[in-house]
Amino acid sequence: MNARDDSKGGTVRAGYVRPLDIRHGRIDMGHGAGGRAAAQLIEEIFLVAFDNPWLRQGNDGAAFAIPAGQRMVMATDAHVISPLFFPGGDIGALSVHGTVNDVAMMGATPLYLAASFILEEGFPLADLKRIVQSMAAAAREAGVPVITGDTKVVEQGKGDGVFISTTGVGVVPHGIDVSGANARPGDVILLSGTVGDHGVAVLSQRESLEFETTITSDTAALHTLVAAMLAASPAIRVLRDPTRGGLATTLNEIAGQSGVGMLLDEAAIPVKPEVDAACELLGLDPLYVANEGKLVAIVPAEQADAVLAAMRAHPRGVDAARIGVVQEDAHHFVQMNTRFGGRRVVDWLSGEQLPRIC
Amino acid sequence: MKYIDEFRDGDVARKIGERLRTEADPARQYSFMEFCGGHTHAISRYGVRELLPPNVRMIHGPGCPVCVLPIGRVDMAIKLALERGAIVCTYGDTMRVPASDNLSLTRAKARGGDIRMVYSATDALTVARDNPGREVVFFAIGFETTTPPTALAILRAQREGLANFSVLCCHVLTPSAITHILESPEVRRYGTVPIDGFVGPAHVSIVIGSGPYEHFAEEYRKPVVIAGFEPLDVMQAILMLVRQVNEGRAHVENEFSRAVDRDGNLGAQQKVSEVFELRPTFEWRGLGEVPYSALKIRPAFAQFDAERRFGLGYTPVADNKACECGAILRGVKQPTDCKIFGTVCTPENPVGSCMVSSEGACAAHYAYGRFKDIPVKVSA
Repeated sequence: MNARDDSKGGTVRAGYVRPLDIRHGRIDMGHGAGGRAAAQLIEEIFLVAFDNPWLRQGNDGAAFAIPAGQRMVMATDAHVISPLFFPGGDIGALSVHGTVNDVAMMGATPLYLAASFILEEGFPLADLKRIVQSMAAAAREAGVPVITGDTKVVEQGKGDGVFISTTGVGVVPHGIDVSGANARPGDVILLSGTVGDHGVAVLSQRESLEFETTITSDTAALHTLVAAMLAASPAIRVLRDPTRGGLATTLNEIAGQSGVGMLLDEAAIPVKPEVDAACELLGLDPLYVANEGKLVAIVPAEQADAVLAAMRAHPRGVDAARIGVVQEDAHHFVQMNTRFGGRRVVDWLSGEQLPRIC
Repeated sequence: MKYIDEFRDGDVARKIGERLRTEADPARQYSFMEFCGGHTHAISRYGVRELLPPNVRMIHGPGCPVCVLPIGRVDMAIKLALERGAIVCTYGDTMRVPASDNLSLTRAKARGGDIRMVYSATDALTVARDNPGREVVFFAIGFETTTPPTALAILRAQREGLANFSVLCCHVLTPSAITHILESPEVRRYGTVPIDGFVGPAHVSIVIGSGPYEHFAEEYRKPVVIAGFEPLDVMQAILMLVRQVNEGRAHVENEFSRAVDRDGNLGAQQKVSEVFELRPTFEWRGLGEVPYSALKIRPAFAQFDAERRFGLGYTPVADNKACECGAILRGVKQPTDCKIFGTVCTPENPVGSCMVSSEGACAAHYAYGRFKDIPVKVSA
């Protein structure tokens, strides 16, 4: 699109454009001005990575066909994270997984993604390229292409390197009705694996903390796991990925939406020993730490075994466990029988999770 | 986790619970105060109360460092950040302590104050080294546990000639707070809180040793059992307290012998006395002015004392009238006795300090225990 035909200059080949200096270059305000620099950035960084027929058409939007008669799902997610690169992932992969999962948690098959980038002036092109490539790899692996997008640049100091917002659309197969409002007393609560991995992996890289750990983020797309679960039982009532605020906050959300209480069994909730130790050290509770590749499912009791077996048979659900039951409760409390033999309320997270001083 | 899971073993807990039910005399009431927020947290998080006989009652004491921090002191830190342009560094849960004008450090940060959460006093030193052109103040709070690290930071700053670092010292002392509770007017006048004994501090005692508690045991005839912060430590200490009461003894006993001895950490104590001296009086939230209950920086280190350096005066600010934090900290009332508990005052909008830290008596009860106050219908 930037092809120049410089007929006077004998040394320049027809159609030659000097490529971006990815190694040393940085985002400047020109990359957001909509001119030649912006077009080149899109061509050499975004289009190369995401390459697909919709993007290649060069429109400001994308047109696509949808299966007739099915309900559509749309979900959007803004991604801001510090640091941008962390063990097990980066903001690019995260921005694909986050939205694919939000669509999947509606019981839907994710089809397409849209992505917008807010770049901070001065951001290294090399980092941007790495992030976009990781994002493209995640989209390819998930089989959900990024078919339209946008880029803006903000002045230095007005952004945190890069913010990525993604929107996804998908379709819900016939006969599936998944919603946070569907939990019923007597239902069983299933969890797809260990909690707290993502939050601890990110914390371990924070400038002020930096501790050595082998923990990596669990960031992953969960739609194939969801498909396997729905194949085992289309009667699944609730699906949700416990991201910010962790498992505790997610369960409180569902309890409130459905107007029910819950009773958990602490001993049944899988936590990696390294995550447990890091939380102990930092004064955090793993139940409130973020996940990016886990889901909670609430299913009718008689379907629980079938769904749990389907989860354990899938690579993203090998550590799946039955962690509690839904019960009647006018106050919508999430309670937990502790490993120690007592019982406590597992409340909403208040504000930010702050470490205790003692 | 090795060396930790052993102290969270549910089977052992049940056995201690059985012993407690056998040994506690059903004809009498036992009221023990756990002084430390760390114990309050363990009791709540692991559901320890559920394992105690009904006639053994635990009273949450004032040993939550952010809970006893008075509004006026937080105001000083906010003023440094907003009006004097200093970088204020502090421990995590200090960020949410309510201050004047509906502010807190978190809210002051949102108004442009450069306020940073640190994990240690040493991190504040690093901030000072990295920002030579800015004043960096460490808002130092806590009991004897966090005092030695602050002393070390000041000594190190002096050695390095760090000219932009100072400390807003709000360190308080455990023994004077316990004395204050035992001599509090309600306790003497109404006899409302027959405290039968204390679960003594864990980490504080590692620093000061078990010696300083001998005075309470003797003078006030109250048994003290020093206990670790794990739930089994707390249960074992309660059992030891029940035994002392049954036998009519009032001694200092040490359940936490894996970490605490009689003399404590002499090296730490020496550093603390090198840098700090006693304040004649200090305001505690909920307890009011308590004589000789806090530390200030010695004149020899005046340049590291933010109060002197910035010429800060202290303006006391009265707590919200409806707030019962004072009575709760003294063990006279329980969170549920407070009219605004769980309605006006919640962890999202704390009115009183006990609702701020998860160690605070009100926050702990709100998060972990309130289902007991509100009948819960269970269908299964």
